[in-house]
Amino acid sequence: MEKDIDKTQEQLKLWCSAPGIEFVSKEAEEAYKKRAKRIADAIQLKKPDRVPIVPMWEYFYARYSNVSCYDVLYNTEIARSAARKTIIELEPDAYQAPLFFNLGPLYDSLDLKELRWPGHGIVLDKGHQFVEDEYMKADEYEALINDPSDFMLRTYLPRVCGNLKAFEALSPFRDMFSYYTMYTPLASLGTEEGVEACRALLKTAEASLNYVKFLSSFDKEMSRLGFPAIFGGIALAPFDAIADTLRGTQGAILDMYRQPEVLKEACEKFVWILLDMAVSAAKISGGSIIFIPLHKGTASTPDGKGGFMSLKQFEEFYWPTLRKLMLRLIDVGLVPNLLIEGDYTSRLEIIKDVPRGTCIYHFEQVDIRKAKKILGNHVCIRGSVPIQLMCTSTPQEVKDYCKELIDVLGEGGGFIMDASCASEDAKPENVKAMIDFTKEYGVYK
Amino acid sequence: MPGNLVSALTDLKEKEVLEIVQHRLNIGDNPISILDDARCAMETIGNRFASGEYFIPDLVYSGVILSEISDIVKPKLTGEAEIKRLGKVVFGTVAGDIHDIGKDIVVFMLDVNAFEVYDLGVDVPVQKFIEKIKESNAPIVGLSGFLTLAFDAMKETVEAIKAAGLRDKVKIMIGGGQIDEEVRKYTGADAYGRDAMAAVELAKGWLGLNRNPRQRAR
Repeated sequence: MEKDIDKTQEQLKLWCSAPGIEFVSKEAEEAYKKRAKRIADAIQLKKPDRVPIVPMWEYFYARYSNVSCYDVLYNTEIARSAARKTIIELEPDAYQAPLFFNLGPLYDSLDLKELRWPGHGIVLDKGHQFVEDEYMKADEYEALINDPSDFMLRTYLPRVCGNLKAFEALSPFRDMFSYYTMYTPLASLGTEEGVEACRALLKTAEASLNYVKFLSSFDKEMSRLGFPAIFGGIALAPFDAIADTLRGTQGAILDMYRQPEVLKEACEKFVWILLDMAVSAAKISGGSIIFIPLHKGTASTPDGKGGFMSLKQFEEFYWPTLRKLMLRLIDVGLVPNLLIEGDYTSRLEIIKDVPRGTCIYHFEQVDIRKAKKILGNHVCIRGSVPIQLMCTSTPQEVKDYCKELIDVLGEGGGFIMDASCASEDAKPENVKAMIDFTKEYGVYK
Repeated sequence: MPGNLVSALTDLKEKEVLEIVQHRLNIGDNPISILDDARCAMETIGNRFASGEYFIPDLVYSGVILSEISDIVKPKLTGEAEIKRLGKVVFGTVAGDIHDIGKDIVVFMLDVNAFEVYDLGVDVPVQKFIEKIKESNAPIVGLSGFLTLAFDAMKETVEAIKAAGLRDKVKIMIGGGQIDEEVRKYTGADAYGRDAMAAVELAKGWLGLNRNPRQRAR
């Protein structure tokens, strides 16, 4: 698919020019611009000065800095210094914001049911985990599609937030269109339970503001030091928005057989919900790259067997609305960065159908030669040192693997080095080996 | 006149399956023969999954239809339907990991393939595995895990089984999103399986049962 990529070029050029950043030094400014350009070149399939290295870290910041996951979840200063230390010492070309840090107070004030986190069902030195359930019932699609905000407020939130349970007694806010209908929806918040829920909401609002301030001040600090943030916003595949958090895997699977049309309609609805979310985040952050992790559309082997979907189901339920979302993002100059979990070797030809030089595909498992052959001249490939290697092997084995990746995927540009997924349990010496080796061996001549 | 239960279930025709089951009960058919047919269909479904024709959604959907059949048929059963079990398997998601989607599918496929599965759930402490192995005398242990933290938890579980003097009494299989040969070596398990049918094959192999007669002939 050919397309005018001026918008992508324009947006990435703006990102590389680092508008509004007051750098700590001339060196920091140069380093920032060099790093951003390296990544922008790779995205646009040009040959950068060397292969960029952008590790996805999440809780690795805590592991590297010898602090617990609990600490980075609850203590702003520990969170900040752990992430800062890791970035400054390992010097990646861009860093991933410590998105999951400082969220403990939020989880607590909501009494969040869809997660377990350190100190709350998870040991202190491991990250949070998602508790999948059927938070939306099979017969609730109509309510979701007709009024997503109302559905979230009165149905979803009371189910996943113990402290917002009273919201299920609310009437729809859409009733508040005139002075004489304005009061009834709020009446239920006047009860004892309602007041408690409002208190919890207020507390959550304060914690949310602290969280946002933490992220933006961290971003500012790192930018000033010369490190660009890789992501400007986040979205999901529309199918995953439903299958991960609302219906759960089994619920969504049953819907594929029992009510396929309504499931597809809900996916369509989520295209604009997710688009809005990502575009507003990018406006605030100034970033261009949108993180989109893919979950429930994968195969489990290179020949396409055994995964969450057949190729036919992928083409029917998963790809059309994901592609639509990506194209809309690309239209406004944003760069979708798919984190493709599972094995997509069997889906390469399908996912090639996007404008050239506008996306990053970060593979977890893929036949690297096939990926380069099919996508190499079309999409920037990111990854994929197997996380198994990062967790269990030696730095030398990691370097050997990186060499193969650079030789195959790095040829001619269009490649960003990273592990196959978040490195939170990786050995620090292996992460360092991946970074240092890429800087040394990945130089383009 | 409703059609054949085995082919309707194999092809995942939910409505048709339920009609056939109801019809057969109405005309006084033996509930055990209905369950036998369902089991026969599940075997074909498992084979289709193993050959790449079917996917996880097909397995999950067939599981849901099967439990609907069982809900209709069970009240009509006089006495327990005796299924000849092939062998015992102790199964669970290892300590620290609370993921259950993969584990549940494997447990389900082992169960419909006539294994007696002790499903210990998720986030299972090593001690619980050991107690259940001792109590059940199961010759097979399955460790599931989705996150990278499961690598160490699996390793610790295998080591604890060894320390309890049970290592030579059990075969241990591991599986889950990130599990490969590299991780198998790291944990000291006997084998890893890519998916639910691989687990069934491993378990049958360890018990000296071969699924495919042609393979046996070779």
